This record gives sequence, structure tokens and C-alpha cells, in this order.
Amino acid sequence: MRLSATDLACRRGGREVFAGVSFSVAAGESLTIRGRNGAGKSSLLRTVVGLVRIADGKLSLEGGDPDLTMGEQAHYLGHLDALKPSLSVEENLRFWSSFLGAASVDLSEPLRAVGLDALADLPAAYLSAGQRRRLSIARLLAVRRPLWLLDEPTSTLDAAAQTKLAEIMRAHLDGGGIILAATHGPLQLDGARELNLDNVSAPRPTMDMSA
Amino acid sequence: MTPLAAILLRDMRIAVRVGGGALMGVLFFLVVVTLVPFALGPDLALLKRIGPAILWLAALLASLLALDRLFAADHEDGSLDLILMGRTPLEIVVAAKGLAHWLITGLPLVIAAPLIGLFLNLDAPAAGALVLTLLVGTPALTFIGLIGAAIAVTLRRGGLLLAVLVLPLTVPVLIFGVAAANAAVVGPIPFGTPFTILCALTLATLVVGPFAAAAALRQEME
Repeated sequence: MRLSATDLACRRGGREVFAGVSFSVAAGESLTIRGRNGAGKSSLLRTVVGLVRIADGKLSLEGGDPDLTMGEQAHYLGHLDALKPSLSVEENLRFWSSFLGAASVDLSEPLRAVGLDALADLPAAYLSAGQRRRLSIARLLAVRRPLWLLDEPTSTLDAAAQTKLAEIMRAHLDGGGIILAATHGPLQLDGARELNLDNVSAPRPTMDMSA
Repeated sequence: MTPLAAILLRDMRIAVRVGGGALMGVLFFLVVVTLVPFALGPDLALLKRIGPAILWLAALLASLLALDRLFAADHEDGSLDLILMGRTPLEIVVAAKGLAHWLITGLPLVIAAPLIGLFLNLDAPAAGALVLTLLVGTPALTFIGLIGAAIAVTLRRGGLLLAVLVLPLTVPVLIFGVAAANAAVVGPIPFGTPFTILCALTLATLVVGPFAAAAALRQEME
């Protein structure tokens, strides 16, 4: 499996966010996306999962299921945690695993992996920001998807949880998964390749030299 | 559990929990209908004549109450992103959310209507006809409202825009709903004529509503 992008461009609100972004990530590899604020890290992730229309360029997933869109094969962990405060920890996770297509999985395993198994019956309203983030991460474990797109995954996580997240990500890569992560901080992933949007986000010259 | 059942169950569960507002619609309905005799005075004949219209108007306003949060809440907490990415067609998700919304706001109105009709001097046949028209007509109100809720999804105070957008579209449902309820009480047209048109309107909105709302949501989320 290989996720590749060629000359990807994104326009939002009539403004070009980035253009000419190319990368290629194979199964078992991760790509860390860096760049200043507003460089388009989140927009790049949203473009890959199909939440933002591709303005220009090509995006393909070799070895993926041709019947499914990119978004249906990917997990997107955005800034928002997609949790309902009045539902319990377990109900929130059960909803997403049912909605995302895991028929009946044992949710105690993912909850234990993120250290929330003791709080399964607590309404999500009472969770701290870091616990909410961990519950979102449990979603990635409850439903298997090859492609993980993580937007600032370590924000609000404490040191122990960051180490735990690194373990979870390594396990996903060892299982043949692909991770794209937009972050400012370290991810504790060995051999992670980097894509710096500051270097590519300059608007493309109108005359392409190769053309 | 299928994705659809999951959406339906989640929305209904949220509605009956603290702050969900499942009973707000029916309480609002009760308050509006109760105010009418105070405003008009105790003229039983007048109340009986305008009763169905008052109940229909109150049901219309009550079914709009919680509608602005229908998609906005999912948009604000990021759920809508995941729903848009999902394998389930957005139209079907929208229809499931509409059904859940009707079950928790529309259906209680239908059930409470005969009781509240007593305030307006409605007798048993009139109440029966009214319940039937509300049962058929309130899903149409919800599904027309879906379109407005989808258009107003990214707006902070979308409630007012929603009412302005949706209320004119509900006029045909209101006309034939009240006409059918009145026909059963005073005539002269038979009950079946406006009631059949009301059924047709509801069937049309059940189809058009989810498609229009899903199209609006896709446009808004770009």
C-alpha cells in the first residue's frame, strides 16, 4: 500500500493555501507534516480525506480498496474530538465504532489501551481535555483503517500519554499502516519522514520549467 | 448495529439526557395553546371554530424549536466531519437524524394534542381528526426543517434564519393540515380531499428533504 500525492494544491476562501505538494508514503511509514501556523497542515490532511476539494494535482492510494473513497479507508483525528458530552465514554466509542462499520467489537480493549477503561460509564462531559483526546484515539483502535491522519495528536496529552500514543502509532505502522501527522512537537517516531510546508507552499510559478 | 440504527439511537439518547430538550417542544406547544383562551376570552364557540388552526400553528412553531441544533451541534464538535467521510450516504444519515428528531419532538406533540385540545373545546371527533392530520403532517414539518437546519449549520445564531427560511415553505402543509382538520368538524368538503393532499405533501418532503439537506451540508462544509 502506498499513498502518493503529486503537485497537490488547495484553495480555501479564494486564497491558495498551498500548491505543488508532493509526497509518497509506503505501508509501515509515517510522514510528519510541519510548517508555520497557517501553512496549510490541517488543510492538507483534510484534502487527503476528502473534506476539502482537491484544487489541483493528484492523490492516489495504491493497494487500497478501489471501491472505497480515501475518507472511507482513513481515520481522521482532527482538532475537535467528535464527542457528545451527555453520552458516556463507552457510548461515545460504541457509536463511532458502529457508525464507522465495526459490527460488534470488544470496546474494553481500545479503552484499556488509552487508559480510560475505569471511566467507561462516566459522561464525556466530565472528561479533561487530555482524556477527551485519548477517547478520540481509542476510536482509531476500535475500527481498523489502514490510513491514519492525525492533526496535532499530542496536543493536550501529558508525557505518559504521549509515550503511549507513540506506542500505538508504532504498532499501527508495524501492522502495515500509514500515518500522516501534522504537528509542531516531537512524535517519538523513529524513521519518520518530514514534509515541511514552508518550503513548498509558495505559489507555483505560472510558467512551469518542465512544461 | 448498522450505522443508521447507531445514528438514530445516539440522537434519541442525547435528546432524553440532561439538556437534550426532548420535552421542550411539547411544553412549548402546551404553553402557546394555553395562552390563546386567555387572549381571546372564554368564547367556547369561537375557540372550537379556530381550535384546529391554533393547534396546528403551535405544532408548527414547536417543531421548529430544537431544529437549529440538529446539524450545528454535530458541526461544532467535529462529528459532522467524520459523518461526511463515512461510508453511509449523507442523504440516509440526514434522513435518520430527521426521523430521530421527529420521534422525540413531533410524536409527543401528536400524542399530547387531544389532551391540549380540551383547552380549545375540541370534542372527540374533532380531536381524532386533528391527531390524524398532525400524525401525517408533522413529519413533513421536520423534513422541510432539515433543509433549513442544513443551510444554517455554520451560523452561530442560525435559529432565526432557520425560522425565516422554513416557515414560508411550510405554508402548504399548514393549509391542508388545517383544512383537513376543519373538514372533519364543520365541512363542507369531505375530510379525505385535503387529507390526501397532506399525505402527498408529506411523502414528497420525505424524499426531497434529505437530498436537499445533504446537498446544503456538502456545500456548507467545503
